[in-house]
Amino acid sequence: MKSTVQEILTHYPNAGHDSLIPILQQVQEKLGFLSEEAVIEVGKYLKMPASKIFGVATFYNQFRFTQPGKYHVQVCRGTACHVLGSATVLEEMEKQLKVKAGLTTRDKLFSLEVVACIGACGLAPVISVNGEFHAKVTSESIKSILEVYRNKETQS
Amino acid sequence: MNLTIEVNNNTIEAKQGETILDVLNRHGMSVPTLCHMKGLFPTGSCRMCVVEVEGRRNLVTACSEPVMPGMKIKTHSSRVIESRKTIVELLLSNHPDDCLYCERNGNCELQKLSEDLNVRERRISGTKNNYKLDVSSASIVRDPAKCILCGRCVRVCDEIEGVSAIEFVGRGSKTFIDTSFNHGLNLSTCINCGQCIMVCPTGALKEKPHISEIKNNLSDPSKTVVIQYAPSISVSLAEEFGFQPGHNIIGLMNAALRRIGFDFVFDTSFSADLTIMEEASELVHRITNQGVLPMITSCCPGWVKYAEEFSHDMLPHLSSCKSPQQMMGAIIKSYFAETEGLAPENIYSVSVMPCTAKKFEQQREEMTQNGISDVDAVLTTRELARLIRMHGIDINKLEPELADSPLGTRSSAGKLFGSSGGVMEAAIRTAHYFVTGKEMVKFQVKGVRGLEGRKEAFVQMGDLRVGVAVVSGLKNAADIIEEVRNGRSDIHFIEVMACPGGCINGGGQPIGADEDAIRARMRTLYDIDEKDAIKVSHKNPYIVELYDKFLGKPLGHKSHHLLHTHYQKRDIF
Repeated sequence: MKSTVQEILTHYPNAGHDSLIPILQQVQEKLGFLSEEAVIEVGKYLKMPASKIFGVATFYNQFRFTQPGKYHVQVCRGTACHVLGSATVLEEMEKQLKVKAGLTTRDKLFSLEVVACIGACGLAPVISVNGEFHAKVTSESIKSILEVYRNKETQS
Repeated sequence: MNLTIEVNNNTIEAKQGETILDVLNRHGMSVPTLCHMKGLFPTGSCRMCVVEVEGRRNLVTACSEPVMPGMKIKTHSSRVIESRKTIVELLLSNHPDDCLYCERNGNCELQKLSEDLNVRERRISGTKNNYKLDVSSASIVRDPAKCILCGRCVRVCDEIEGVSAIEFVGRGSKTFIDTSFNHGLNLSTCINCGQCIMVCPTGALKEKPHISEIKNNLSDPSKTVVIQYAPSISVSLAEEFGFQPGHNIIGLMNAALRRIGFDFVFDTSFSADLTIMEEASELVHRITNQGVLPMITSCCPGWVKYAEEFSHDMLPHLSSCKSPQQMMGAIIKSYFAETEGLAPENIYSVSVMPCTAKKFEQQREEMTQNGISDVDAVLTTRELARLIRMHGIDINKLEPELADSPLGTRSSAGKLFGSSGGVMEAAIRTAHYFVTGKEMVKFQVKGVRGLEGRKEAFVQMGDLRVGVAVVSGLKNAADIIEEVRNGRSDIHFIEVMACPGGCINGGGQPIGADEDAIRARMRTLYDIDEKDAIKVSHKNPYIVELYDKFLGKPLGHKSHHLLHTHYQKRDIF
């Protein structure tokens, strides 16, 4: 039985170091994040030290190293959102979820990510939960937004 | 092809293909550098070496810019100086500024640059770096807060050692240097060689200190505290006290160690002789009994860990001999303890090594007898210098003394261990005797001497033609191992040292030594060999006595128990 990573690597025969980023992107797409095991496996295949891959991956915002939660919250910190107070939104979100940006809550329900701009400046400040947009969020509305997702869990 | 350029209104000659920095240095002019590393490809990232070139709008990095005919350069115009000063001010803006508590106080490139560029006020203040100390390693302490991101440690780890334990992590102002998945050095592939410390301009990297533990034991009356020092210490310690590089202060060092309070002073060169007896026997045994060849040395703990991680298929090639440090430790707590009537647990055994990996080796579980460590603490050359100063000893005023007998008497072959090629030369001399029953006509094996990263030679031992190779810097080791894997069979014996040039350039040596200093240290070792009467390990009378009275014969039962070890495959993260 091939691992997910090995399966991805079969699409890259004779790959060089220039294939690193596309491979990592595919790994993240499949696993939801870059696990340590995956990085080591990719490293063995490309003959690259894991530290180098980690260095490359941490350079880009798109890669994450913890398993995302069931609901992935993206807080937009683009210019328009910033002007309309997204810093407070992020702060409130971290407080409510009790995790820092980039991490996943202990019950694995929510993960929090900061993104540069999600292209919905008219809705600023905007957040997205699993691709679902919530417009003009305030510190107050965050609680009810999260409540909706929490309730979904208890009902199911 | 030669061309001329104009530097500060003086015409000087340059060669096509040289960088501006090469030309300036060759003509005895200097511009400050931070990220530049001699012998490696320039990156031009720190921009400390910028110069003004006529006709160019922006300042140019001297380290990466090739010279052009007729180039007009200003190395210290006010624009250039202002630019360099700003760089230093920016580097200082988030620096912890705890110089008084810093390992590198007085020997720090950042400190020197800010002094030289007359930085006298805080013009730019930023948020101070706040990173966790990495104290996980047995050998090396990392303090990313003091790091100025010059990248020299990353490059030496990758390009010289082929290890890549550390890398730039993150981006922009949040960049710092760390191991893969922020695990800490002990879980990384780090081989503890300490070359990163040698290239670090600040106090971001240092050895794990053992001084206070040693001081506690020195003041414990129930402990007999013994110390051994590696062959290369006596030719490098001098630099810490203002002597010329390569000056041999072995006698003064013996005297200083006794003043500090060590009860017995031994010379690791003695156990280097012992290593040669065992290793040469092992080599001859492997050659005559179709054993695994080529045999590879195992004195360098950095190399041993590298092999365990990256080349575990080669582990059967490694000599099973412990390193001289560990052999001495084992003999001190067995033979010496017995003859002195001491209980091994009441002996506190210290070693002075040019090496940080020795601190890792010392705490390996294979290096114990009945739960007692062979060696209890390891000082680097730098730490020894600090210990001597701490005790208020003026080394210039001491009278030279001899090391203690019997474990302080060496042949000059043992002393050669300090230089790359030395183990090989010493082993060849004794192996020749073991194979032919005769001494070599000429002891010098020129082919294995010198600072080159890779040396090869063939030696005739009677009818036997033995091929030997000597590599230093593990990137070179990786190359030759690949050749062996691919079926190369004319080499019987390989000496590997992790540090370029061997222990004289080890990760525990005084910081700031240039290639000339390393060369001077090496020359002194070979001079000692030239002058000494006993040039072969098997003629060291105390080695002969040790085998007669205690060990029996090389590779015998007792040797096997005390002087040999085994290796383990390590997973790499």
